[in-house]
Amino acid sequence: MADRRYIGVSHKRLEDRALLTGAGRFAADLSAPAQLHMRVVRSPVAFGRLRGIDAAAARRLPGVVVVWAFADVAHIPPIQIRLTKIGGLEPYQQTVLARDYVRYVGDPVAVVFAEDPYVAEDAAELVVPDIEELAPCICATDPPGEFMPATLPGVSTEVAVVRKSYGDLAAAFAAAHRVVELEVAVGRHTGVPLETRGALAEFDPASGVLTMRGAAKVPHYNRGQVARMLDMPDEMVHLIEGHVGGGFGVRGELYPEDVLVCHAALRLKRPVKWVEDRQEHLMATNHSRDQCYRLRAAIDARGFVLGLEAEIFSDQGGYVRTHGVTVPDLAAAMLPGPYVVPAYRANVHVRLTNKTPAGTYRAPGRYESTFARERLLDAIAHALGRDPIEVRRTNLVPRERMPFDRGIDTLGTRVVYDSGDYALLLDKLLAHLDYERLKAALAARRAAGERVGLGLGYFVEKSGLGPADKAVVSIDAAGTVEVVTGAASIGQGIETAMAQICAEVLQVPLERIRVVHGRTDRIDYGMGAFASRVTVMTGCAVQAAAEALREKLRAAPSGTPAAAEGWFRADHMTYPYGIHAAVVRLDPGTCAVHVERFVVAYDIGRAVNPMLVEGQIVGGAVQGIGGALFEELVYDENGQPLATTFADYLMPTLAEVPPIEALVTEDAPATQNPLGVKGAGEAGINGAGAAIAAAVDDALGRPGAVTRLPITPVRLHRLLAAGG
Amino acid sequence: MSAPSDKHAVALEVNGREYRIAVEPRRTLADALREDCGLTGTHLGCEHGVCGACTVLVDGAPVRACLMLAVQAHGRPIRTVEGLAGMDGALHPLQAAFHEAHGLQCGFCTPGFLMLAVGVLEREPDIGDAALREILSSNLCRCTGYQNIVAAVRAGAARMRRSTGHG
Ligand code: FES
Ligand code: FES
Repeated sequence: MADRRYIGVSHKRLEDRALLTGAGRFAADLSAPAQLHMRVVRSPVAFGRLRGIDAAAARRLPGVVVVWAFADVAHIPPIQIRLTKIGGLEPYQQTVLARDYVRYVGDPVAVVFAEDPYVAEDAAELVVPDIEELAPCICATDPPGEFMPATLPGVSTEVAVVRKSYGDLAAAFAAAHRVVELEVAVGRHTGVPLETRGALAEFDPASGVLTMRGAAKVPHYNRGQVARMLDMPDEMVHLIEGHVGGGFGVRGELYPEDVLVCHAALRLKRPVKWVEDRQEHLMATNHSRDQCYRLRAAIDARGFVLGLEAEIFSDQGGYVRTHGVTVPDLAAAMLPGPYVVPAYRANVHVRLTNKTPAGTYRAPGRYESTFARERLLDAIAHALGRDPIEVRRTNLVPRERMPFDRGIDTLGTRVVYDSGDYALLLDKLLAHLDYERLKAALAARRAAGERVGLGLGYFVEKSGLGPADKAVVSIDAAGTVEVVTGAASIGQGIETAMAQICAEVLQVPLERIRVVHGRTDRIDYGMGAFASRVTVMTGCAVQAAAEALREKLRAAPSGTPAAAEGWFRADHMTYPYGIHAAVVRLDPGTCAVHVERFVVAYDIGRAVNPMLVEGQIVGGAVQGIGGALFEELVYDENGQPLATTFADYLMPTLAEVPPIEALVTEDAPATQNPLGVKGAGEAGINGAGAAIAAAVDDALGRPGAVTRLPITPVRLHRLLAAGG
Repeated sequence: MSAPSDKHAVALEVNGREYRIAVEPRRTLADALREDCGLTGTHLGCEHGVCGACTVLVDGAPVRACLMLAVQAHGRPIRTVEGLAGMDGALHPLQAAFHEAHGLQCGFCTPGFLMLAVGVLEREPDIGDAALREILSSNLCRCTGYQNIVAAVRAGAARMRRSTGHG
């Protein structure tokens, strides 16, 4: 009998039932008997010297158990950098409570524990920090200043310059037919999972184990960090993930609050619960983007880029958090994108300002660099009077040159595009759009007075970050299969995808498979879920474990319980690619940009579950549209955040989004893994800003008009006014 | 005059069951449902009335439970996501449609969308596309991009009409 296929099938999700019936267990849904509630007191000013904390009134409030300031947690080391460590970053790490300076509005200065969450909040409002205000820096292109002038004299707010280069740039510019320059910027965005952060920590005196629920993304790594910071052995600390209401890069990193709840559970000998409110979230959870690009390209007469020079400014906010210089590093590594670009040099100035610290947000460093690069390609086309599509074709890495060694590293791996047929995907997109006819139709509408336009953005993504993943697959006497992984679920459907991979090997129905993730007590190794790595890394480990189990079962009588372990290791990432196309209409009355049509063409190598892939793409695209048009964490000149509610940080609702068309191809399977899969998590968002900017230019009839995202009504008003 | 922390006796009638609780006047309906009734299916995404994750039905109409006080809900019939599926565990037609159409990813917004849609479709089973989109645009989802939520609600509406003998 032929094997039943599970991989490549749009199987309905195994995760859904609990979530549909209200039986989900998100962080705020957890409670323990006799728990205390934690509330963080945050700095109301952007930059200043912290002289002291007056908590007397708070301590007197009935129901308040204790209030801590820095002195009470001084023995806890600062939060370490998880990814992309480079030397010299240590002074910039954040302590769990501010020591002698506050560096952004929202910086934790004290923490209250009370019997009731309303009382904890009342008490927090009675805590008065004594802060000597200093002039804040809120712009990364301003000259750097001092991080903490009095206590760390001479420590600059330019924490590093990330440099990447290859090829002979001087020769490229010497041979140039022309040089095209531009400066563009992407505003401050953040992931905004609909669930805010939260945690419940409990210490069990019987076993000596400290457990924190509400973990996400990287539970194994964070377990090690919590253990180290609280001076406990790893095995005595467990992090457990329940349901997680979205991640997008920001959720699940180790934040001061996670460490504080754990420390309090140990010290106060009672369970401690913390739930962030939305206002806190928008000033305490990682921000992202906020980069400025100054680009110079040496081009030949056809628009082929001979050399590219980039000066990039990356605003990391108040401290260097767990991501280190990940975002600047990825920005520089991925800026050349799908184009040959024989010579390249990028310097990324990683600078601190007095804003919320920044980390990754879905397609970190790529949403921004794709915007900048595609703006540049459009500028080149305009400079030469050539069609933007043709200029792109002139520059695309040809299929014959795959695998294509970019000549630079990122995240500790060499950037080698493993497979791809970039020209083919472009052809398929143009056919899908019926490009010539669409262009003519838009030109006719423009001639009739409408302000409509079409734009696109090409990008290369990365996925499947190593180094390794492990899975254990077992079967019991009743034939129930359990897949234990070290992955994490942030809502992307990994239980279903992992079960499909396991089912394909073992040929058992999905309903008999249970998938475990996000639990440090069930598996000793796990890398979690980030960088679109789960389907590739964990998926291949599951496949290996299932194959090992199948071998064991061959020799055994049916009904024998058995278990097997599998590993997958990868030195290189795998590189999917895609193109976004947008059709927009400008409303000169309201200065709104209406997205009429949005297409994502994407080569995924091989899809485990096309329904889930499409779901990732559509959701990502809407976030990308949000970043292009609406979302911005604006600060005033005093460093006060102006977007701390959903009335000010504007995410797209159904009213703002068109139907998203996903054109998913499988023309270039990954060569780095046995499944051939590439990641999908960041496909939908990467090129959205680039495509929409180009479409707005086209609608304005002014190439290069858009230099900054988001294109808010105020900015569009200026563009319309400037155009007369 | 009573102090703000004095508790008031409130009877909430949730999903046909009565909960007798004592709450401060300032306690929101959402907190009362979640903490005092133990019904954590109603989620809080913003607590300032924008996201709609906390949507429940009060007197049959969608209400943001973060913006209503528990004392205001005294004695009025309330329905939450926990009351949608049948006693036998059979999913409500809309829940089934969300599953079929992949109308949820992380699932955090899902109870709010379900209650919003149930409230609307019970009153207007034949609601037109434009009006439906308008109503669904009052809640936020950060994962799905809404496309499948709209598809799920349309499919669910058809199932609800069949199961109640409308149209
Ligand atoms: S939690 Fe009530 S509207 Fe957001
Ligand atoms: S499914 Fe995650 S917010 Fe809607």
